[in-house]
Amino acid sequence: MSGSPGIAEFGHFALILAFCVALVQGIVPLAGAARGHVPSIRLGDHAAVLQFLLVAAAFAALVHAYVTSDFSVLNVFENSHSKKPMLYKVTGVWGNHEGSLLLWALMLTMFGAMVAVFGRNLPETFRARVLSVQGLVGVGFIAFMLFTSNPFARIDPAPLEGNGLNPILQDPGLAFHPPFLYAGYVGISIAFSFAVAALIEGRVPPSWARWVRPWTLAAWAMLTIGITGGSYWAYYELGWGGFWFWDPVENASLMPWLAATALLHSAIVVEKRDTLKSWTILLAIIAFSLSLLGTFLVRSGVLTSVHAFASDPTRGFFILIFLLAVTGGALALYAVRAPALKPGGMFQTVSREGALVLNNLLLATATATVLLGTLYPLILDALGGAKVSVGPPYYNSTFMPLMVPLMVALAIGPLLPWKRGDLLGVLGRLKFIALASAVGGLLVFWLTVDAPLLPVLAFIVAFFLAGSVVVEVLERVQFRKRGVPGALRRLVALPRGAVGMSLAHMGLAVSIFGIAAASGFAEEHLGIMKEGDTVEIAGWSLTFEGVEDVPGPNYTATRGRFEVAGLGPMFPETRRFESPPMETTEAAIHPTILGDLYVVVGEKTGPGHAVRIYWKPFVMWIWAGGLMMAAGGFFSLSDRRLRVGAPVRRAAPRPQAAE
Amino acid sequence: MRNYRFLIAALPLAVMIGLGSMFYERLGKDPSELPSALIGKPVPAFELPGLDDGKGLSADDLRNGPVTVVNVFASWCAPCRIEHPLLTALTKVPGIRIVGMAYKDEPAATRGFLEQLGNPYERIGVDQAGRVAIDWGVYGVPETYLVSTDGQIMWKHVGPLTEDVIRNDMLPLAERLMK
Repeated sequence: MSGSPGIAEFGHFALILAFCVALVQGIVPLAGAARGHVPSIRLGDHAAVLQFLLVAAAFAALVHAYVTSDFSVLNVFENSHSKKPMLYKVTGVWGNHEGSLLLWALMLTMFGAMVAVFGRNLPETFRARVLSVQGLVGVGFIAFMLFTSNPFARIDPAPLEGNGLNPILQDPGLAFHPPFLYAGYVGISIAFSFAVAALIEGRVPPSWARWVRPWTLAAWAMLTIGITGGSYWAYYELGWGGFWFWDPVENASLMPWLAATALLHSAIVVEKRDTLKSWTILLAIIAFSLSLLGTFLVRSGVLTSVHAFASDPTRGFFILIFLLAVTGGALALYAVRAPALKPGGMFQTVSREGALVLNNLLLATATATVLLGTLYPLILDALGGAKVSVGPPYYNSTFMPLMVPLMVALAIGPLLPWKRGDLLGVLGRLKFIALASAVGGLLVFWLTVDAPLLPVLAFIVAFFLAGSVVVEVLERVQFRKRGVPGALRRLVALPRGAVGMSLAHMGLAVSIFGIAAASGFAEEHLGIMKEGDTVEIAGWSLTFEGVEDVPGPNYTATRGRFEVAGLGPMFPETRRFESPPMETTEAAIHPTILGDLYVVVGEKTGPGHAVRIYWKPFVMWIWAGGLMMAAGGFFSLSDRRLRVGAPVRRAAPRPQAAE
Repeated sequence: MRNYRFLIAALPLAVMIGLGSMFYERLGKDPSELPSALIGKPVPAFELPGLDDGKGLSADDLRNGPVTVVNVFASWCAPCRIEHPLLTALTKVPGIRIVGMAYKDEPAATRGFLEQLGNPYERIGVDQAGRVAIDWGVYGVPETYLVSTDGQIMWKHVGPLTEDVIRNDMLPLAERLMK
């Protein structure tokens, strides 16, 4: 075989070494910090970097096995194929259970190494504790791989050809969104480690929030990109024009995102007002636990999902133990230490922090709603009840209504000052925006025959939110006082954190607008079309001109041809793959700012072909808004105040009291 | 006040333990296991032709005979190939009869499938249109039923059989039915 003997074993060995290093990293700095033993404390930095290098070596070994199509490695045999395009050979590395775990571990250790290298502004003992917790998480992950999911297992004799990658996975969208999701999930582990380290030390100074925020922000932005990408992938690949299916795997990414969003906002309150600490710590623990829960649900087979990896009860058992150890350990520590955390001062309901608390309450409720919906079939089944599946109607009547007050709080909050605000004053500043939004919503309601209520309501809040962001930015740059040139100069000089916030909030308004439009006002034509048939939809006129068979690199496609008046031809395809035998639909999409024309050609039915044609108004705005949110996150991240070492370095209490 | 704060701080832990024990309980159970409305009911009336000139399958065959495993399969179904060796192994269990229902499959393809992998079925009913499968409530292939000696559907499994399912669910039930 083409395989290079030994490289897989080298990878396996590197992984075993990484496990040992993680053990050391998880124990020694923690013990050192408790005793004030400086060499043990400093060991954490070196261990974190070494662990990262070892996992990176293991990852490189697996990539090598994929690139060279070394089918003597079981994982490569099962998931790759020599005829697969090179790009998908590489992305196939993480398109399966074992490989994706290795990518997880790679990112986990990378974040750990980054804390070691860039976290110089952290007090040394605190950093040691953070790295230890991170090391313990690494121990669990690498052990999981080594004991239940070894990506380097060999088969003998080596087969001549691989089983191929699931053709649905052979797609750029699916190849690239999981790494962002994993980076997001794993990034939250840093917030978790910071939270546990703070619990161990028994105090949460405002500087804690300043340290933890950039990491959370980075993880959150990655997660945002991952979810946006996943949603876009589902839209164009699954062939039904839907962008969110409330599938357990999607929910598994949404829950940590909601929790991380709440964490981002509550950390601001901790930093600025030195209060809400216990809650923020709990959020950090919950956010990471939800990331792990997602992993558990996807890989243990306790829930059915279209995305689920091959399930295996042994693996499920291991992840469950791991999940319980991580979450249980942290929550037990929380139960012991949190009551002793000094509560912060009281504050006014109507104030910036009041709005942030409201935001947190709503986000936490929304997270709980999604969690309940995801687990409800499981709970009911465990109680001996009926088999149910929880679908969009549940979320439409629970999750969606929560979003309306959230948007309103979000619109008003940034305009309120810290400590005490004047609600009437703010509402006065927003009255024109509010009026315009309401009129806009009513106009939509009036113009479209029997418009559904929820989308119209969503339009109103989206307009209101967008308007309030504009008002907020204009006030910040003192537009009225300074006019256009002066305001522009101030805009450039604004703190990047503030601009990032406005950008992210605007992105949310854009997304909500797109969701409301695409779900409430879509048009569709489902039916059988013969050659020469014409369909009118949303002002477009499509004529079906038949199908032809087209060979692809590792599939054959049935390609339909639709002539669209004023646009030209569109070519939707159905692709048939041979190994493994499978069909995928490739929708033809004509994206515009005002909406997408979405055409799918299906199987031959009687005299014609089954055809689905959709008009999805403003659907691109959903993902554009998602990318704006992520861009806002990254832009804030570049804020000088968040950059390492900034701002005024308060003398950290160096010699920590021994525990 | 302090106790009260402690209770609140311990609440997340309690919730997690509750969820954790529920997950533990669910592990290893198949979430796609569906309740069938036909369990405990007599098999629906049907009569299917055999493959080539082999014996066909009808409700009468199931009403009087040994405990019967009815396996719905197709040559085009990949999981059927996976479970096939287990069916072959089941033929060695005394007191159990295995019959097949070829679902929406060309007889020639079915024949090729059995020639390639071996034929564990004592009788095969060819359900090329898939009409009988509807009466049985077939959800997707492969699907396996256990029918008692008097023709009652006692058990149903959706998806490929596994060693676990056969050992822990199917065989104990079959043994009870034999008594």
